[in-house]
Formats: sequence, structure tokens, C-alpha cells
Amino acid sequence: MNWLNNLLDKAAPHFQPEGRLRRWYPLFEAADSFVMGSNRRTSTAPHIRDSMDLKRIMVLVVMALLPCVFMALWNTGYQANSALAGLGISTPPGWRGALMAHIGCDPQNFWSNILHGGLYFLPVYLVSLTVGGLWECVFNIIRGHEMSEAFLVTSLLFALILPPAIPLWQVAVGISFGVVFAKEVFGGVGRNFMNPALAARAFVFFAYPAQMSGDLVWTAVDGLSRATPLTTLAAATHGSNAVNALNITWMQAFMGVIPGSMGETSTLACLLGAVFLLITGVASWRIMLAMLSGGAAMTVGFQLMGSAVNPMFAVPFHWHLVLGGFAFGLVFMATDPVSAPHTQAGQWIYGLLIGALAILIRVANPAFPEGVMLAILLGNVFAPLFDYFVLAANIRRRKLRYGG
Amino acid sequence: MSESKRELIFSPILNRNPIALLVLGICSALAVTGQLATAFVMSVCVMAVTACSSLIISLVRKRIPSTVRIGVQIMIIATLVILIDQILKAYFFSLSKQLSIYVGLIITNCIVMGRAEGFAMSNPPLASFLDGIGNGLGYGFVLMFTAFIRELLGSGTLFGYQILPLTVNGGWYERNGLLLLPASAFFIIALLIWLLRSMYPEQQEKD
Repeated sequence: MNWLNNLLDKAAPHFQPEGRLRRWYPLFEAADSFVMGSNRRTSTAPHIRDSMDLKRIMVLVVMALLPCVFMALWNTGYQANSALAGLGISTPPGWRGALMAHIGCDPQNFWSNILHGGLYFLPVYLVSLTVGGLWECVFNIIRGHEMSEAFLVTSLLFALILPPAIPLWQVAVGISFGVVFAKEVFGGVGRNFMNPALAARAFVFFAYPAQMSGDLVWTAVDGLSRATPLTTLAAATHGSNAVNALNITWMQAFMGVIPGSMGETSTLACLLGAVFLLITGVASWRIMLAMLSGGAAMTVGFQLMGSAVNPMFAVPFHWHLVLGGFAFGLVFMATDPVSAPHTQAGQWIYGLLIGALAILIRVANPAFPEGVMLAILLGNVFAPLFDYFVLAANIRRRKLRYGG
Repeated sequence: MSESKRELIFSPILNRNPIALLVLGICSALAVTGQLATAFVMSVCVMAVTACSSLIISLVRKRIPSTVRIGVQIMIIATLVILIDQILKAYFFSLSKQLSIYVGLIITNCIVMGRAEGFAMSNPPLASFLDGIGNGLGYGFVLMFTAFIRELLGSGTLFGYQILPLTVNGGWYERNGLLLLPASAFFIIALLIWLLRSMYPEQQEKD
């Protein structure tokens, strides 16, 4: 590695404020710290002796997402392969079919599933990474900011919450909106008031509803209509136990062997990620617990209220938890440290609000079978307000106590 | 009178645009910019009301007691708006249907009131009239810019003529449903403000 180090050392002066390539310093710094790490130390107060920095937090989140990435690969492929087997088609048409013809579309074959899922997930992820990264570069070079690993998380999160059949140009449009409007216009990394990946998804959701909702998009087989469990639930006839309308077991839903957005079907994968994030201290357990309680309380409320026409009222919370994006949003989206409140009381209120709203939208609003995305975005918008009130209350209390 | 007649008409378009710099009249800018046709009619109406009301108010400005001036201004503006509304209903009924209540709501458009109170009350009639025309043009510029983007990308048309063939009709352009929603005008106007403030850095607010 010495030659690489020498090369970077030799190139470094050109990128310093007086060098002739100073405009491109953000790119150089990104390459340098990516391959060599940083030996810079904080020069101004406050000094905190900790091994945690932005780079490490972001890399830890990427690691926590790995189980979900694995499920995105395997389950997308498994759903496609079993759908094809059900239709009696050996290989799908198109370039993916040409590649899959070599290994065969067999839902029992582990590698066939991974490969088939990868042919859907990886293009989406690559587009999200390149297009979003490009915007990041443009803004960082103009502003002279350094590149940050935060974008690796955003681009991966965005790819994981999209349906497999989404057109790639929509991925590009969506991530452009998310990065530019939810993050860069507010000042870049650490200043986004809402989660950029979710903002990107919301943009695509409202702009192109045909490719983001309905029954056609959740299984990666062209033209195949297959509802997500949440849509099935909402359409179930009343009077009966709605959960019986799903022909899946709770365990299947927990493992994530159901159609849905690529990375968020598996509650087990999210649970693994949650454990990792909590052990490393990256995510706030208060937000997770509060969102869980908020959702549970809302569900119990609906069960007690009961409804003669809406079968969603009776769905128990352990089903809500494993269907749709509740678990994924709980672990990876609501806990985003930038867009969540920073005070502890604020985090409790924020979590409770998101959990309750997510279930409220799911159950009571027939236009949206899933409400987690909207609930978290709304929570993000309120987060600074919660912090403000908590701080104001604290100041008032201390004033009373010390007679200020 | 420091400003020339040319400045009175043209500086409100880019230099001190009523929507982009003063952030007035946002409500109708969100509501009627789904199509160029409605945005155009709305712009013309607002321009006519602002110019005429400024002219009339400036003519009688020395006779208005300052304690009831807002009431008098509102009455003049309301009369003009109702007049415009009736003309639209008489000659352009279908457009008037599409604009629905928004023509009537010109009364509450802050631009009209702002120019009456801020300019016409203290300036001679001709200058006030030109100032009203200028601010109407500035308002119209933002409306047309927003409506151009929203109609082109949201419906694939301009003034109702198909420009981008839609996929639902067998073409290649997938229409953007978000741009059909009024909220999308927030993003477009924000982009325009960003552009204007980069072109004229003196418009940037100091904090």
C-alpha cells in the first residue's frame, strides 16, 4: 500500500487552498479518507474522547442493514421464482431471463433466488448510489464541503424501500429529489430536517402512483398481479377474522417470505439490525420502544372500538408489526439521529406519535394501505418542535426551582 | 419620484418580484398554476385589478381620511374584482368555472392591498398605475413559470396542446402526478426564488 500512500501524499498539495486543483478538494478528500483513513484530530473545543464519529456511525448502520439487504436479494428472487413456477414459466422474458436461463428459476434453489433478486435489487441500488452520489458531489464541490458516508446509508435505505418492479429512471428522479430537496438545500449532511430516503420515496409515491402502489408492482414478474398482505387485509370481507384472509402464517410474515418493498418484508432481519444498532449505541432505544408502544396502544384502541365495516380494526398488533414497513421504519427510519428529536422526552413523544399515526393511517384511511412512511415524515417535521417545548419546559422548571 | 417609468414597470419582474422577494400572493400561485391557461387569465385579472385600484386610490388619496383608509381601499378593490368576475362570467364562462373562487379571492390577494397601501397612497396617479402594471407582470411571471413546469411535466401539455406524448395514450412520457397537486408549486416557486437570489445576491436576507 506504500505506493498508494505516496501517490496520495504527492497529490495532496495540489488540493490544498493554494493548490491549483483546490476546487476538487472534496473529491480528493473522499478518496483519501476512503482508502487511507484520516489522521486528523479535532483542533477546537469541545474535545470528546470517543471512538465514535460520523464515519463510524454510518458504516455501522450499513452493517446493520446487511440482513435486510440479504433478504432483499433472496426474497425478491424467491417471490419471482415461485410466481413463475406457479405460472408454469421456466424463464422470464428480457435480459434478466437470458441470464437466468443459465441457472434456472427454481424457488427451491438458494443461489437461483439470490441471483434473480440481485438482478432486480442491484440495478436499483446502483442507480440510487450513482445518481444521488453525483448530486452530492456537485453540491460538495460548489460549497467546498467534504464528502460524507451518510450518503451510503441514504442510497441503500432508498433502494431497500422500493418495490422490485420500479423503473430505474424513477429511482433516479426520486433520489435526486430526496438528496437535493430534503438534504442539500438545507445545508447538506446533518442539516436535513427529514429523512432524505423517505422524502425520495414519498416523491416517487405521489408522482408515479402506478409504479409505487397497487397490486402489479410487488412481485418481480412482469404483469403479474399480486397484492401485499396489507392490501389483502384492507380488502377482506368484514365480519370474518381478517387475518384468515391472508394465506400466510405469522411466522412467514415474520421471516419476510411475503411480497412487498424489497428490503422491508422481513421483521427478523430488522430485529437483527435493531439488536446491532442498540448494542453499538447508534440508534435510540427510546424512539424504538416509544414507536412500538404508540402502535400497540393505537391497535388496542381500534380493537376496543370495533367496526362493522372495516376489517382492519380487528387486526392484532403482532400482525401489524410484521406486515408492511412498520418494523423497518421503526429500526432504520424513525431513529435517524439527524431528523429525530435530541431531547429524551422529545424522543418519547416523537416515537409515540409515529407509532400511533402509522397504525391510524393503515387502519382508518382506505386510500393508503401503508402509513409508516407518511407517519415518519410527519414525525420528522414535528421533531424540532418537540425539542423546543421540552427545552422550554426545562428552562421554566429550573427557573421556578432556583427562583431565577 | 426617483424611479423612471421603465423601472416602475420592469423592476417588479425580477428585481423585486412581489411573490419571489416579498412572498405575497402565494395562495393563488399554488391554486391556479396547474394549467397555463388558468394561470394566464389569473395573471391578467390580477394585473388589471392592481393597476386600476392603484390608479383610483392614488386619484382620491388626498381625500381618504387615514383612519378609514383600509376600508376605502378594500371597497375600491372589491368593486373592481366583482367587475372582472362578471366580465369573465359573461365572455369566458368555462375559464371562469375553472378559476372558480380564485377570481373573487383577488380581493384578499396581498399584492393588490400591498401596492395600494405601500405605493398608491403616497404617489401620483400615473406612477401608481404603472407600478400596478409592473407588479401584475411580476406576479404573472411567477405564475406562468410555475404553470409552464407544472403543465408540461404534470400533464405533458402546454395551453392544452399535447407536447409530450403520454404513456397512457401510447407515448413515452410518464406523467408526474405530484406536479398536478398544488403542493408541488411550493417546490417550483422555491426553485425560482433560489435562482433569482443567486442572480441578484442583494435579495438574500441577512440573518
